Amino acid sequence: MAGLGPTYGRGAMTNQWRDLKNADAILVCGANPAENHPASMAHINKARDERGAKLIVVDPRFTRTASTADMYAPIRSGSDIAFWGGLMSYIIENHLYHEEYVAKYTDAPFLVNEGFQSPAELDGYFTGFDSEKQSYNQETWVYQKDDEGSILRDETLQDPRCVFQLLKAHYARYTVDMVQKVCGMPKDKFLEVAQAFAATGAPDKTGTILYAMGQTQHTVGTQNVRAIAMVQLLLGNTGRPGGGVNALRGESNVQGSTDMAVLFDSIPAYMAIPNATKHKDLAEYLEKETPTGGYWVNKPKFLISLLKAWWGENATGRNDFCFDYLPKVSGGINSYAWIALFHAINDGTIKGLWIMGQNPAVGGPNARFEKQALEKLEWMVIQEIAPTATTDFWRAPDVDPASIPTEVFLLPAADAMEKEGTIVTSGRLIQYRPKVAEARGDAWGDIEIMDMIYQELSRLYEAEGGALPEALFELNWSHGSDFDKICQEINGYYTQDVSDEDGNVVGKAGDMVVNFSKLRDDGSTVCGCWVFSGYWYPADDGDGNVLTACKRHGQKDPGGLAMYPYWAFSWPVNRRIIYNRCSADPEGKPWSEDKAFIWWDEAEGKWTGYDVPDFVATKGPSDPGFADPYIMQVEGKGKLFAARNEGPFPEHYEPLESPVTNLLSSVQFNPVVKRWDVQSGEEVGDNVGTAEEFPIVCSTYRVCEHWQAGGMSVWLPWLVEAQPEPFLEMSVELAREKGVSNGDRVVVSSARGEVEMVAIVTPRFKPFSLNGQVVHEVGMPWHFSWQGLAKGATANFLTPHVGDGNTGIPEYKAFLVDVRKAV
Amino acid sequence: MHSITRRQFLKGSGATAGAVLLPPAMPGRQEVPTFPLHKRVGESRTICPYCSCGCGLLIATDSSGHILNSEGDPDHPNNRGALDPKSIAVRQLSTSPHRQSKVLHRAPGASAWEEMTWEQAIPLVARKIKDTRDATFQTTDENGVTVNRTTGLAFLGGAANNDEDCYIATKLARALGVVYLEHQARI
Repeated sequence: MAGLGPTYGRGAMTNQWRDLKNADAILVCGANPAENHPASMAHINKARDERGAKLIVVDPRFTRTASTADMYAPIRSGSDIAFWGGLMSYIIENHLYHEEYVAKYTDAPFLVNEGFQSPAELDGYFTGFDSEKQSYNQETWVYQKDDEGSILRDETLQDPRCVFQLLKAHYARYTVDMVQKVCGMPKDKFLEVAQAFAATGAPDKTGTILYAMGQTQHTVGTQNVRAIAMVQLLLGNTGRPGGGVNALRGESNVQGSTDMAVLFDSIPAYMAIPNATKHKDLAEYLEKETPTGGYWVNKPKFLISLLKAWWGENATGRNDFCFDYLPKVSGGINSYAWIALFHAINDGTIKGLWIMGQNPAVGGPNARFEKQALEKLEWMVIQEIAPTATTDFWRAPDVDPASIPTEVFLLPAADAMEKEGTIVTSGRLIQYRPKVAEARGDAWGDIEIMDMIYQELSRLYEAEGGALPEALFELNWSHGSDFDKICQEINGYYTQDVSDEDGNVVGKAGDMVVNFSKLRDDGSTVCGCWVFSGYWYPADDGDGNVLTACKRHGQKDPGGLAMYPYWAFSWPVNRRIIYNRCSADPEGKPWSEDKAFIWWDEAEGKWTGYDVPDFVATKGPSDPGFADPYIMQVEGKGKLFAARNEGPFPEHYEPLESPVTNLLSSVQFNPVVKRWDVQSGEEVGDNVGTAEEFPIVCSTYRVCEHWQAGGMSVWLPWLVEAQPEPFLEMSVELAREKGVSNGDRVVVSSARGEVEMVAIVTPRFKPFSLNGQVVHEVGMPWHFSWQGLAKGATANFLTPHVGDGNTGIPEYKAFLVDVRKAV
Repeated sequence: MHSITRRQFLKGSGATAGAVLLPPAMPGRQEVPTFPLHKRVGESRTICPYCSCGCGLLIATDSSGHILNSEGDPDHPNNRGALDPKSIAVRQLSTSPHRQSKVLHRAPGASAWEEMTWEQAIPLVARKIKDTRDATFQTTDENGVTVNRTTGLAFLGGAANNDEDCYIATKLARALGVVYLEHQARI
């Protein structure tokens, strides 16, 4: 999300699962779809069967996906930017980029501030690093502008200060030789992969990149994703059928839970939570958060419609629409994100924890630390469908319940089939699920549970008062637990009759808005999540039946590109491929006939085709911005140069725990990442290991038969029979070195702790040769704990307490361990 | 039958206690079209709760809403009837005897759960939330800026929850002034 947003404008998978069939090449790096997203393989194989597409897998392990691929290249965990940088360098040096796309649809021609310098010149740093604050002054990371504020550009891409030339210089250091030394990827394998995927830079070809947590769960996770997005801009693949950057979300509704902002730093649909240092009131928030160009100029309409959804009639222009009822933060990821949150539990700041379907005792990084932190809570309330290591943390095998003062309430919840709701698949497709089964015993849906708690809270605040009671009893809770009313609020509706300039009523009080283009900033509309707007509105299913958009099951597929526009509802406004203006050339004509998607119809004077244009449908060749496809960006272009905390171009740094020194600069580790240092040196603490003590790289992963932290799989007999316990996967070479045979019990240790499990010795891992040094890598699934029918060691007891420089996502995918045979 | 008894009980006790407003009685299993060529028990379409592929499932239940069968939806364009091991096993989620079916309370220092009713638990839970919020609520920061937040209360949501669950969670958490709001989209 944090990597795609600044590059393209939205933090979401660009295409659809079914669209994989339109690709000429599918590059999988940091994902294992054959095992973790199995349904995707049918569409991938269709592309291979029907188009001769190549499936390319780059992964530390010869995964189940790799076993079916056309080519496979090994890569050491934690060295992805060296690979992506090497790929970009290969594409540029060999002139394989999609030249017209790059020149017209990206910021490649833009000139950058004269003061800007990059790591090639500053030994690993960009300009402006403040070592005391561990952050950058970003004042030189900007485009050059003329006196009227227009960006200076050179569409020939030759000016040495243009983004394209700076990018070229930045990645010139990422040679094939360097890729081999840093990633441990043999030269011939790299060249085979680079050649096959770079071929999609031809204007009539497209290729897609699939990634998952293998890219994001690193201290440079955001920059990994940025690098992927940049490759796809250079090859002209984004916004087109068979192209794009496809983030394979790990859970059924990660996209939706992110859209709904169950995150400290945002409020629904990608608006920032107010910050005390920047936004003292509504006016200052809107002034600072509303950009001067791009679709986000509409932010005031979205924010005020959200405030109206939350505080209803009480939110008026006279009280800033209750803006002050929203809490304000005073910091970022190092104050509030997951790891910081668990430090705040550990130090007693957080006294009460309310959980809805979450299992940190298994899923959290340095899980022993996080599990121990729970013992310091005064109380915990948890809505859950089955017992987990978190619900029962106070009676885990290694603790004495009598010493734990936490009061715990376990509220039994209905599962996905036992309640009504919608979820968003990776392709932004919102699908409706009816209640199809009865919950057992006393279980209720999460909405009913939260409604009961709210009603009681509201009653208490009205009766007794307390801290800011108005925020609660003025909260618009007219929906109660009525599902349809909640959906209408999310979709948006008019609070009063609204007329156009000629006095015609365009919306009546209580009517739902057709989509977010109808939202207003004067309090006359309500909308709980603007990107969803339209999902609950009646729509045609292609066969003449009109029903709620996300409930549709229409089978029509105009164009034969497997978009199925009448099936469910894809946000925003049912677009199946976002940035789809890029599917046509700058004149508005399809790049190739077989991938014609939307195009400019001169006779009709509008855009037409097989998708909802992600563009102003009537904007023609003579209109300004006709070739500005990235509508969420101020400049209208895809950004190769986009500021993130570590810099505007991804640069390789080693993981917190690495077996090697950084060959690209003397900066070993992402310089903006906070190193937590609580209880260091103690048995359970923020401990960091060295390569001397722990020489082996380890990564966690998932198996097809289990799910995340196990809550929905470790109790299911069929799955338990298929995968009964955790294991350590290791190479034949390492097993020989350690005297371990297949099936032996082994102890895996890191600076955070030790776990014991069975060894699976396979040729799927091979030792890496890194600049002459041999480095082993091992891996293990992370689903298990002492709870469940499938029991076993918790992999996250080993993982470090450190997060990405922009999002704080923990570094689960590259850390150091040692392995010994259990005695 | 069991669930009907529970609901009748909840309705009755909610009316007498007055303190706890329980959700309105939910309608029975949603009316769905039956597929004449399929099982007469009636099949409903739903979406798999595991990975993000969004595959279609057909669920067959008996008259009391217990799942008898689950299989892939042949009309769903994402999976065309195919399923993986987890989605094939999905019925065991609902039918498992290990599912959490009672409200449970663990007192400080206790070594075992004790069962509770919703009528007992909800007032206690709301009281905990209110007391912690009121004791830790910060109206302004050191510069006098209105912040209206509590740092004493954290909320962790889930990425397997429905959009509407998440929306209600966010709305309620933010109205309470929660700044420690997270879930596994970050982890």
